[in-house]
Amino acid sequence: MAKFTEDDLKKDLETKEYEYGFYTDIESETFPIGLNEDIVRAISKKKEEPQWMTDWRLDAYKAWKEMTEPEWANVNYKKPDFQSIAYYSAPVSIDPNKTLDDVDPDLLAMYKKLGISVDEQKKMNNVAMDIVVDSVSVATTFKKTLSKKGIIFMSISEAIKEHPELVRKYIGTIVPTKDNFYAALNSAVFSDGSFCYIPKGVRCPMELSTYFRINQAGTGQFERTLLIADKGSYVSYLEGCTAPSRDENQLHAAVVELIAMDDAEIKYSTVQNWYPGNTEGKGGVYNFVTKRGLCEKNAKISWTQVETGSAVTWKYPSCILKGDNSVGEFYSIAVTNNYQQADTGTKMIHLGKNTKSTIISKGISAGKSQNSYRGLVKISKNAKNARNFSQCDSLLMGNDCGAHTFPYIEVKNKSAQIEHEATTSKIGEDQIFYCNQRGIETEKAIALIVNGFSKEVLNKLPMEFAVEAQKLLEISLEGSVG
Amino acid sequence: MLQIKNLHAGVENKEILKGVNLEVKAGEIHAIMGPNGSGKSTLSAVISGNENFEVSQGSVTFLNEDISELDPEERAHKGVFLSFQYPVEIPGVSVTNFIKTAINENRKAKGLKDMPASEMLKLIKSKADLLEIDRKFLSRSLNEGFSGGEKKRNEIFQMAMLDPKLAILDETDSGLDIDALKIVANGVNKLKSKDNAVIIITHYQRLLDYIIPDFVHVLIDGKIVKSGTKELAYELEEKGYDWIKEELV
Repeated sequence: MAKFTEDDLKKDLETKEYEYGFYTDIESETFPIGLNEDIVRAISKKKEEPQWMTDWRLDAYKAWKEMTEPEWANVNYKKPDFQSIAYYSAPVSIDPNKTLDDVDPDLLAMYKKLGISVDEQKKMNNVAMDIVVDSVSVATTFKKTLSKKGIIFMSISEAIKEHPELVRKYIGTIVPTKDNFYAALNSAVFSDGSFCYIPKGVRCPMELSTYFRINQAGTGQFERTLLIADKGSYVSYLEGCTAPSRDENQLHAAVVELIAMDDAEIKYSTVQNWYPGNTEGKGGVYNFVTKRGLCEKNAKISWTQVETGSAVTWKYPSCILKGDNSVGEFYSIAVTNNYQQADTGTKMIHLGKNTKSTIISKGISAGKSQNSYRGLVKISKNAKNARNFSQCDSLLMGNDCGAHTFPYIEVKNKSAQIEHEATTSKIGEDQIFYCNQRGIETEKAIALIVNGFSKEVLNKLPMEFAVEAQKLLEISLEGSVG
Repeated sequence: MLQIKNLHAGVENKEILKGVNLEVKAGEIHAIMGPNGSGKSTLSAVISGNENFEVSQGSVTFLNEDISELDPEERAHKGVFLSFQYPVEIPGVSVTNFIKTAINENRKAKGLKDMPASEMLKLIKSKADLLEIDRKFLSRSLNEGFSGGEKKRNEIFQMAMLDPKLAILDETDSGLDIDALKIVANGVNKLKSKDNAVIIITHYQRLLDYIIPDFVHVLIDGKIVKSGTKELAYELEEKGYDWIKEELV
């Protein structure tokens, strides 16, 4: 009789290979390694940016030089040598006038392996995608449909050229260049990213989507996303990431800024699956991300994230609830396996009256991984009648992993109401046996239990994404059990 | 249908079953009674393939096939069903979703495609009606916050859905009030046919007033020491187990 114990489960989980670990051989144009003012200037020049942008970058670079890497997160890793990273890489076969049909067949083949067929996406999912491979957008679809409504959706490099007034007005207003070490680094060297503007009163008719991917060996990826929802508008934005297998650690330091003006609503969903390193904890992406949104009056921002990848994750999508009656939401599933470490959570900064925030965080730890939730709920002096509800649940698999919760609460107004709930549970042999007895094999049983645990968050994802997210959870945890 | 021969089984260094012999034929209902710690639940666990118990000797044959080496899900696919004494909770997974997954996994094992949604809904509705289960109950998380009665009724609902050849009811009567007991017993009786068999594991003869067994076996210290008909259950209820133990000496 094949005896299936937690030890077996643990072993099975450890042997799960990274499915997307292949490398596409595209000719890339890479800058010399290292970072200095000349490199910053070169990046800016390469992208044909106006002087104000170059100056903005240089300013950030100068600030970054004086800063030190934060150490307060509950993660341990060998700090990257910032002078041994190449700060710009673009597939050379790029031509901005290309249509999708002209795209490098190697690239298209890569998408297919990832299950991201742009054609299919176009036809079946009604999703406009601005695909970023190693920093430069290679395909933008649905642009026309969107532009009819006055929606601007393009790479940030294009936006800097075509809508400099908008970019200049808003970039760095939510995440200032000097905000933190990684944000400063990103501001200095960001290679590309997405820009989106939804005009007043417009409801974006489709989900906007970007897939990111690190492709070139030893290249940092510094994405910059700026999303502006003008008064009374609505947009749902999807961001998904996969990265191929690499031995050396790769750095990913993205910045995302969201602006929801009066009565606007932004839904920002992320599925993150950067390479997590191998079963011995070798390799994998360092994911140090700054994501923040500003809510004006009656505005709402929802962050939903499914984080399964990266060797080290440092990420706290936050909401500044500046306007009265504004609403911030954070729904998160973070999965760690093998030697992965995640320190993730959110900040809800209540400034306006009657502001509300909801935090639902689900952490799943397996192998020898460490999974931390870190969240700040801050109620300022003027935030009368602010409300917060936080729920942090942890699910453990095996005996060698860890789950940690670090909730911070600062309240400066007595009328605030704050609730915090936390649970920790373990997938038990008895649960698995129960499922087995009903004819459900162990692999499927784990998927069922994990999906059940994550349901409240999965339900928040747009349909197009929920399926993919569920698949990712299964791949991350029980891919080779059985 | 089921033949158990000289079955010895237990946990590390501790033998619990010490030579059980039992034969169950299609169409029969067997009751296994015995005092606490006699090995009743171990027997049900070993038949269904719980890997916490090790079989050291003997064999378990189901439908003419030795199943002692099979995984629990493989036994389930062959038609073995265990109604748990303590059903486990699976938060976030609804009763409907769970049973749907179970049915489709069983179909997959038989090389069949997933059951069409309309057919599934019809089946769920008819079985829920049979067991007087409220529709709202079906969307609740599996066993989470269920009363003792709800848990047991849910077990029998799953049994009705999966339509097993052999159903083992492990202390299904515990935690049930008399009304719930009648509903559960009624459900089992309706599901009973000449092609399937039931093993009832129980402390008390109470349940046996509603599900009439063809045979009653007394399990003491890991062995079946006495077998008889329904009358034996009444005798046990009246006199306890001591007289049998004395008989054995």
